[in-house]
Amino acid sequence: MLSFIIKRIGLAAVITALAVTALFLIIHMIPGDPVSTMLGPRATPEMRTALEERMGLDRPLIVQIALFFGNMLRGDLGMDVFSNRPVTQIVLGQVPYTLGLILVSISWAAVLGVALGCYSAVNRNSLGDRLTGVLSVSVIAVPAFVVALYSLLVFAVKLQWFPAIGAGEAGNLGDQLHHLVLPSLAIGLSWVGYIARLVRASMLEVLGEGHIRTARAFGLPEGRVVFGYALRLAILPTVTVIGVGMGFLLSAAVFTEIVFSRPGLGKLVIDSITTRNYPVVMGSVLFSTLIFVVSTTLADIINAILDPRIRAGK
Amino acid sequence: MTDAGLQGPRSELGEILHHLVRDPLGLAGLIIVTVIVASAAFAPWIAPYDPIALNVPDRLQGPGGAHLLGTDQLGRDTFSRVIWGGRVALQVALPTIGGAIFFGLLLGMIAGYGPRWLDSLIVLLFDTVRSFPTVMFALAVVALVGPSLNTVIIVIMATSIPTYGRVVRTLTQSLREAEFISAERSLGASTARIMSVHILPNVLGPLVVLAAMDIPTVVGLEAGLSFLGMGVKPPTPSWGSLLNDGYNLIRNTPWLIVAGGMPLILTTIGFTFLGEALRDVVDPKLRGKGGK
Amino acid sequence: MAVLDILDLSVSYTTPRGDLKALRGVSLSVPQRRIVGIVGESGCGKSTLISAIIRLMAPNAQIRSGSIRLKGAEILELSEAQMRALRGAEISMVFQDPMQTHNPVLTVGRQMIDIQYRDKLSKTEKRKRAAGMLALVGIPDPEARLNQYPFEFSGGMRQRIAIAMALMAKPALLIADEPTTALDATLEVQIIKRLRELQEEVGCSILFISHHLGVIAELCDEVVVMYAGEVVESGSVRDVFHNPAHPYTRALLDCDPGHIKVRTRNLPTIPGNIPDLVHLPQGCIFAGRCDKRHDACAARPDMATVNPSHHAACHLIAVRETA
Repeated sequence: MLSFIIKRIGLAAVITALAVTALFLIIHMIPGDPVSTMLGPRATPEMRTALEERMGLDRPLIVQIALFFGNMLRGDLGMDVFSNRPVTQIVLGQVPYTLGLILVSISWAAVLGVALGCYSAVNRNSLGDRLTGVLSVSVIAVPAFVVALYSLLVFAVKLQWFPAIGAGEAGNLGDQLHHLVLPSLAIGLSWVGYIARLVRASMLEVLGEGHIRTARAFGLPEGRVVFGYALRLAILPTVTVIGVGMGFLLSAAVFTEIVFSRPGLGKLVIDSITTRNYPVVMGSVLFSTLIFVVSTTLADIINAILDPRIRAGK
Repeated sequence: MTDAGLQGPRSELGEILHHLVRDPLGLAGLIIVTVIVASAAFAPWIAPYDPIALNVPDRLQGPGGAHLLGTDQLGRDTFSRVIWGGRVALQVALPTIGGAIFFGLLLGMIAGYGPRWLDSLIVLLFDTVRSFPTVMFALAVVALVGPSLNTVIIVIMATSIPTYGRVVRTLTQSLREAEFISAERSLGASTARIMSVHILPNVLGPLVVLAAMDIPTVVGLEAGLSFLGMGVKPPTPSWGSLLNDGYNLIRNTPWLIVAGGMPLILTTIGFTFLGEALRDVVDPKLRGKGGK
Repeated sequence: MAVLDILDLSVSYTTPRGDLKALRGVSLSVPQRRIVGIVGESGCGKSTLISAIIRLMAPNAQIRSGSIRLKGAEILELSEAQMRALRGAEISMVFQDPMQTHNPVLTVGRQMIDIQYRDKLSKTEKRKRAAGMLALVGIPDPEARLNQYPFEFSGGMRQRIAIAMALMAKPALLIADEPTTALDATLEVQIIKRLRELQEEVGCSILFISHHLGVIAELCDEVVVMYAGEVVESGSVRDVFHNPAHPYTRALLDCDPGHIKVRTRNLPTIPGNIPDLVHLPQGCIFAGRCDKRHDACAARPDMATVNPSHHAACHLIAVRETA
């Protein structure tokens, strides 16, 4: 198990390093440069040179990459142009909001989706199964920000059941949860459908396997057969999909944060683009890449815990 | 009574259509998609007004009357903007997915058929690109080069290539071990021949299914970026910018949000239904494995 | 009194083509402390019969008539909960493919403890009992191996574990569905020997399904020959194997490589195929492939008595008796 985890973390480190380098090169290659982005069209050449020097952009590319990596390993992503605070600190201040929103969203979606998927698989071809199927397929691809806008319109503006703006009062958990309802509905809805479909399919496959017949032939209660024996296996693809789905979750969170004016990475990025605060944009992108890599790695490790064959490398 | 003998063998496309129409979801998807594509194609003839013509005296009207879905804050006809917005959505989705399929095929077949080191390299590349969260990456690029339709297309295409590439790679790998291809190879067929005659046709089916399922994602991303003001530039009508107008006026009129969101929801549902039904026809084994 | 009594059992599957009559008027009985073998080609209804006995049938299967009694009590009238109480306690099963018998993500120990859920024992005691059973089927170092997962065992080991699990509750009836088919020949002999020893030790009856005649001859006391959903011959192993009365049994014996005395290049096979069970032929079910077919075969033969413990469904027996 330990060697599996170490190997997996090593791979994650390689991917992160590659991703950061690629990001760096892509940004370097595309037209438009950080300096003019930050200074705007009215910059004088003197201002440009000063800023380039400050950001280290006057040095050779390879040195820039090396410096960037060195700084990144020390957690230094540069300074915010306006407030002169470290970018790492600014971004880290927003990460908990986004991660919290994502975790709440995917949690309720996973619980409901797994329950619906199990129900559908056990009651295959029943009316409930068909209904769940059609509803699941309908919501799978609906963009989160459309759900966010509709729920904002209906439940916050018209009915006024839930607040429309912000993340709630600091330290007041009840208020914060109240503010989380609509955003997590928006992010989670499509995942309910997706997970329900996925669990149904893998559950049906597992329920047809020989060992389930054995469990039944030994008279194990049906509840234990389905949840203790079948779900243990049927859940594996869902764990992977959620891990890889972190990219989609982050995207959905960006839109949702804007719609509900919530603090978080999304709002930070949009605000920073508007104010041409380039280092903060890059910092946020790096952090979300990091979050994605951590999430896929975590999913693989969870799967290895759930499935002994994976950790044995079979 | 029609007789198969009289009709002759049905074409493959006809066969697929036949199956689609018999599946209620497939039929619904086919109808929705046809309506959306047709209204985008014939937008100039369908839209009653110029989508960008200002008509300030008529601004912020509700639905009904002279304007089917009302007007926005500048008096532009919402229905016309919705119809033209579909055109923009497809203008982004089609080249994006076309490009992603092209590069996905190319890289995936090389990885699946080529030497092992090349395979590992391409897979590592896929994993790397996949690890940029699309929207964040798009925003970083937009921050540098400014919002434009082409930026959106290129960024979404680049981040979708791994999805297609991985499917092509897996299929190529399993096909390359297949008996009929080993036989062909032992008879001295060239790699190019094996690729184009045997592998390509077998890979295309699953790719079409994947593409149908992917269109909603791309359309949603374009609308999302336009909603944030980071995609299509005003006054070009896009469902996303329509929603942005609606968002800013949410306390004045609900109609803009309703009108901007509906075509998006319909498009995603239509293409997902179609994709699911197509998958059941093309490859029943893929059931439950598409989506995100 | 017999442990298992099946009388006139008929089972059909509803299919788009019509009713597939998988079992028709099947009767057999498994006496106490005896091993009864069922032999027949694939498609003869062996699997349907097993699933009917433990009542874990496919959703489209229906019992059309007949009765199944376990120690005199009718099984077909039990509620689902009552039936579940029998499974793993009075009736247990060993399945064909040991690679798929166990849950791959739970330890063997956990699975062996789980099936004792009815017993009011502490977990340590259940574990001890599980280890004892593993030792009994010949798995070395059982305590440690309880912590391992199925994939860490070989196929033969896994089948021993399956047997250990099936015998743990000391059932009245053990149903073994081709338990050695997936194993190689040396392992097969070991498993068969062990099964025989354990049967004597536990004192249960065994219903042993196989298409391998040698194994049946080695292990069983009595044998039932099935063909296309019907019992065509039954009796003691000695009678049936040395004095087969039904042409199908004779054909089966002729095809068995162990029985072929002359070395030939081509193994004999029974010509023809199993009849369509949706549209059944009139008369004797084997008539289409029988080399002794005659006019009487247009009528369905009844079970005729060869000797008091040996029966076969063939018109020729009656002829022989009268002749």
